Amino acid sequence: MLRKVPAMLLALLLATGLAWAQAEDPPPAEPAETGETAETAEEAVLMEEGVEAEIISESDASIINATIGDGMIAPGGIVVSDWPNDAGDALLVTFEPGSETGNENHTGYAVYRRTQGEEELTLVGTMEIDDGTEFIDGYDPDYIVESGVQYEYQVAAVYLSGAEIASDPIAAQEVAGGQIFHTGKVRVLVGCALFLGLILFYFHAAQRGIEMYLRPIAGIEAIDEAIGRATEMGKPILYVPGLSTISDVATIASLTILGRVAKKVAEYGTPLLVPNRDPIVYTIAEETVKQAYMEAGRPDAFDKDSVFFLTQSQFAFVAGVNGIMMREKPATNFYLGMFWAESLILAETGSLSGAIQIAGTDAVTQLPFFITTCDYTLIGEELYAASAYLGREPKQLGSIKGQDACKGIIMAVITLGILLSLTDIIAGTDTLGWLRNLIAMPIVD
Amino acid sequence: MKRSIPLAIVMVGGILFIIQYFIPHQHSQTLFDYYTEWAPIVGAFALVLGVGSLSRLHSHKIKRKAKNWQYSYAVLIPLFAVPFFALLMPESLGGGLMESMGGTRTTQGVFDFAYLNVQIPIQSTMFSLLAFYIASAAFRAFRAKSALATVLLLAAIIVMLGQVPIGELIGKWFPKIGLWILRYPNLGAKRAIGLGVGFGILATQLKIIFGVERNWLGGAGE
Repeated sequence: MLRKVPAMLLALLLATGLAWAQAEDPPPAEPAETGETAETAEEAVLMEEGVEAEIISESDASIINATIGDGMIAPGGIVVSDWPNDAGDALLVTFEPGSETGNENHTGYAVYRRTQGEEELTLVGTMEIDDGTEFIDGYDPDYIVESGVQYEYQVAAVYLSGAEIASDPIAAQEVAGGQIFHTGKVRVLVGCALFLGLILFYFHAAQRGIEMYLRPIAGIEAIDEAIGRATEMGKPILYVPGLSTISDVATIASLTILGRVAKKVAEYGTPLLVPNRDPIVYTIAEETVKQAYMEAGRPDAFDKDSVFFLTQSQFAFVAGVNGIMMREKPATNFYLGMFWAESLILAETGSLSGAIQIAGTDAVTQLPFFITTCDYTLIGEELYAASAYLGREPKQLGSIKGQDACKGIIMAVITLGILLSLTDIIAGTDTLGWLRNLIAMPIVD
Repeated sequence: MKRSIPLAIVMVGGILFIIQYFIPHQHSQTLFDYYTEWAPIVGAFALVLGVGSLSRLHSHKIKRKAKNWQYSYAVLIPLFAVPFFALLMPESLGGGLMESMGGTRTTQGVFDFAYLNVQIPIQSTMFSLLAFYIASAAFRAFRAKSALATVLLLAAIIVMLGQVPIGELIGKWFPKIGLWILRYPNLGAKRAIGLGVGFGILATQLKIIFGVERNWLGGAGE
């Protein structure tokens, strides 16, 4: 027995050496069914399991084009379609799952793409297993999809070990193309057409001389009173047209009101101060005030220094306006337009200076501050209606009635939705569910 | 001409961009991008007018020796000194973060220094005033002068206590009721205002596109 030990050790050494040598330089595997030979140990192992394998690219985890055993299946059934309602810069890639359900080693998918005729595939996106089996290609700005270009796609199932089991590259069934009409915006189009129709209807009704009643708004009616107060006191009027740019509709509405206020101010001969944060708003405000003085028949009374640019910095502007309030002590302050965090600082300082204050904004978050500190506040849409109220021009009044009609329709729809929901809750049915769903549908898909 | 050309541009442009909203095609997007790239260029030119206005206002104050005219120098000197030095000594503008702040710069530019040590603290001071103003405004708003003001006061107390840990200690229902007030009555009111604002914006835009509202034209409006 003892004499056999060296022989056994020798045999063991030889076996170990042989195994090491095999690991260093693996012998050619048995040809697969297709007659190909395995090129790596991993592939050889896969082939021993009786599967077809082919290395198609170099990477840390070899991409193997094959159907593998043990629940490792390459994704299949790849369908590439044009992503709808876009500029022609996206494609939808759908595929069938790449493993048997519940395979814990399957972590996700990798989607590869190449332009037809090219050799190399590029990784354009990865997905977690929970992300489903749909991939929108073109969202990543690093891998843009070009309109009209024919692409080829390959989807690989990614496993915990890092291995990727990929499908055959397939030519995309469709190419990306832009659409002429966004089908998801049909409801917006219908809503716009309805709104436009109502506005135009009331424009014409107003032009025909039909009397239109507008409920009085205290803030707008107080404008004349506030201007009169400043005139009596011989103090200036401060008008802040918001801090936003001219692209903000609230600023345009504010400049419209400024025109009306400036005309009255010109008639009464009251000093006016209009500080601006935006240079474009400043130029328009200056022209508006100048025009108002001309309309009032007092172009000579227009002071070029009454409308001025302060600064573009938000809090520096606030500091500047607060300084004006405390030095000049205006009798009336108007804050009409778009405001942010500075609203309360402005209005509170104005309140401390003893001025009568009229504010108006469509910034919902700033409204409570204005309501608390100002004498009158135009809430939301009232800011847009103010111009029509002050001008009393038929077309302007018509637009307000058009808005009211639209709001009436919305209120009716909301009430209907509430009633339907209540009916279904009480009766425990879903008989009118389709109608409720129609109302609750998102405006843009 | 002075009036009709801008009106025509606005009408054509306005209708074009209403239609553009419904067309996702690449050409439509290109047109939109082209327009949005234009707007800041116009804004940059308007800034010159703004600086002109500020200079004129303060130089008039100095000339007339108006009240506190000395302070106008504090506006005019930096207003022109900054671009002057920026042109002559661009390095004085600095740029990038200092080593102490995780950057690579070893020396601090004059304007960096002024920005970090003067402008930022002043702006922060202005912003911090808001906290005191909120307290003062809240005191006025929450005085129970009428039945409605009392409801507002109660709602405010519940919402405020619902947001802080002590509220939960007082009663577990505080955060729940506070959240309910925020989610339902408050959100409903906000949405109603938002809806009105939306219609107001639409109506104003239509009035501008169809030339009913012309005040934005300034002197050419009438």
